[in-house]
Amino acid sequence: MQKSDYIIEVDHVSKQFDGKFALDDVTLSIKKGEFVTILGPSGCGKTTLLRCIAGFQVPTSGAIRINGEDITRIPPHERPVNTVFQKYALFPHLNVFDNVAFGLKLKKVAKGEIERRVKSALKMVGMTDYEYRNVDTLSGGQQQRIAIARAIINRPQVLLLDEPLAALDLKMRKDMQMELRDMHRELGITFVYVTHDQEEALTLSDTIVVMREGVIQQIGTPTDIYNEPVNPFVADFIGDSNILNGTMIHDRRVRFAGHDFDCVDEGFGDNMPVDVVLRPEDLYIFEPNDSAQMLATVRSCIFKGVHYEMIVITDEGYELVVQDYHGFDPEQRVGLLIRPEDIQVMRKERTENIFEGEMTDDTHVRFLQTEWECNSHEGIHAGDKVEVHVSFDDIVLEDDENDGIQTGDVHFILYKGDHYHLTIRTDDGDDLYVNTNDVWDDGDWVGINIPADKIVLQKISTHNA
Amino acid sequence: MNISRFMGRRANWTIPYVIFMAFFVVLPLLLVVYYAFIDANGNFSLANFGKFFQQPESLKTFIYSIGIAMVTTFFCILIGYPAAYFMARAEFSTPKLMAVLFILPMWVNILLRTMSTVALFDFIKVPLGEGALIFGLIYDFLPFMIYPIYNTIQKMDQSYIEAAQDLGATRWEVFCKVTVPISMPGVYSGIAMVFMPTISTFAISELLTNNKIRLFGSIIQEHVQIGGAQLNYGAALSLIMLIIIGLTSFFGGEENEVSKDGGLI
Repeated sequence: MQKSDYIIEVDHVSKQFDGKFALDDVTLSIKKGEFVTILGPSGCGKTTLLRCIAGFQVPTSGAIRINGEDITRIPPHERPVNTVFQKYALFPHLNVFDNVAFGLKLKKVAKGEIERRVKSALKMVGMTDYEYRNVDTLSGGQQQRIAIARAIINRPQVLLLDEPLAALDLKMRKDMQMELRDMHRELGITFVYVTHDQEEALTLSDTIVVMREGVIQQIGTPTDIYNEPVNPFVADFIGDSNILNGTMIHDRRVRFAGHDFDCVDEGFGDNMPVDVVLRPEDLYIFEPNDSAQMLATVRSCIFKGVHYEMIVITDEGYELVVQDYHGFDPEQRVGLLIRPEDIQVMRKERTENIFEGEMTDDTHVRFLQTEWECNSHEGIHAGDKVEVHVSFDDIVLEDDENDGIQTGDVHFILYKGDHYHLTIRTDDGDDLYVNTNDVWDDGDWVGINIPADKIVLQKISTHNA
Repeated sequence: MNISRFMGRRANWTIPYVIFMAFFVVLPLLLVVYYAFIDANGNFSLANFGKFFQQPESLKTFIYSIGIAMVTTFFCILIGYPAAYFMARAEFSTPKLMAVLFILPMWVNILLRTMSTVALFDFIKVPLGEGALIFGLIYDFLPFMIYPIYNTIQKMDQSYIEAAQDLGATRWEVFCKVTVPISMPGVYSGIAMVFMPTISTFAISELLTNNKIRLFGSIIQEHVQIGGAQLNYGAALSLIMLIIIGLTSFFGGEENEVSKDGGLI
């Protein structure tokens, strides 16, 4: 077998906390010298993954290798990695010099060499002459620099950074981003960087790993992730985007927002439902003329410094966000145009809700941990195992959770131009997907109803030996 | 004056406390100072202080008391620190139960506890004396050592430990180089709460040694009880003790600066 050029290999790692998956079968390979960013919203498992690599957490299953050596169960102090903590974690009882020298002193490095290396590490982070300052007297940005110096002085093969800039103000954050990039180039070691800030990820990384609920959604270069998101979550999380339902008519031809467009995507099959992503800056906006593919009316226009951000309503009733250097006034009529290569088509993850259920009698079926009334289906009787199909449009959400057969909270909201696509997570942890025109907020507690005639059942044929 | 306006000013709320402290802290202190500097006839005199340095017995008792207090404090740290550490670190099981077991004796009055210690020693036929005294003092004051240390360790940010591990420290090195230094404010508080009260103890030493060993507190108490000119001498002894304790805590205070973010004092 050839020696892999990966420095870190995360191999089918899962981590459970009280039965809940913080990491769910994560596999990831990181090349030597790469700047990898693990990106995702809070609670997506990114920090847990970093802590597994650092050794502060042991995966429930799977293995982590560094330089091909299995380190899954090796304690943190024996790993060739160092961490920069989010809250700096500088030792309050030691001054700057002793903080930075901490790792070297443990390794019993000679005194002269410690002094030399502390000086050069402090120089690298721009903190020369701060050796004998008390860490409490430093600003957040300065503490962060000391924390970085304390980590890199040990010459780790991998530097792990856990949202290191999250506590800094915007200006300082931008400066530090640039410095981190330079430092990465100068040191030539692998950086694994965790953040929830998509802009930071796009700025810094060679590779971005987008995570959601313990699962890796996409791995790619910043341009890949931005231009070719694999699903609506990634598209929505990275940058601004318009996400619409569409249909792939045939190769290179897609229908959405009531029009047919040329595109560059192939291989989806004919008449396949798809999601379409349009970046606001990819929509051309101009006074209506013959080249317009769609006509629309401007609803609002905000000046954002470099560009204007406008919300327009197409004549077919779709709401789109458009960014352009030229602003149009509200109520103004405009034409819109999209180039084929700017249309990003994604396979739909699902087109309807499908649950597994069991008949309790001819007109009641049990799924999602509760019993629902349904119409009787021919040949389906009590005790039969069934597959339950419910369209996204047919689920009714109630303001008062007591009005619903089942309850849940709004887990994820996606605006699709003319309606919202919600992910509702029931109290038992099952997900269901709902299209609605009503406005709900993330975390809203809702009652869930499904009209009996909208529940479609399919018997699961059981093969008994 | 408008009552609601008077009550609305926050400073006015402190008035009852100021009155209380004036009567029960400041006035008694002034009285001690006053009595220490007069003789039996009520004339100003330094004789009480001269007597202390001339009478080897008082001086000896004083030094002996400091010795006992140091031994007690030492053992309280020795026993109390690990106990506090185990209780504070979540990785060890049943810390709650342990905390309750250590705090439980504090619910009982200190004299009752001492008397039951005497009864216990009687029962297992251990002679009362110096050993019993030190045991009793440690037993009585241990919770006052454990609690502030427990407090600082528990409040300590877990990321300090992780940072140390990350930089290559073994469990033992983490303990010595991070946990112990960061928890020192708790230890200082514990020392203040064990060392000083031990010197002035009298009831415990009387009970646990059958009156054979007297600590400095006993001497003060005896003189004050006799009254008359002895009262003035007792006041002087109290003042000497206060000054010496005050000095030690002042010197301790220099490095104790960090205690604002931990400990009990």
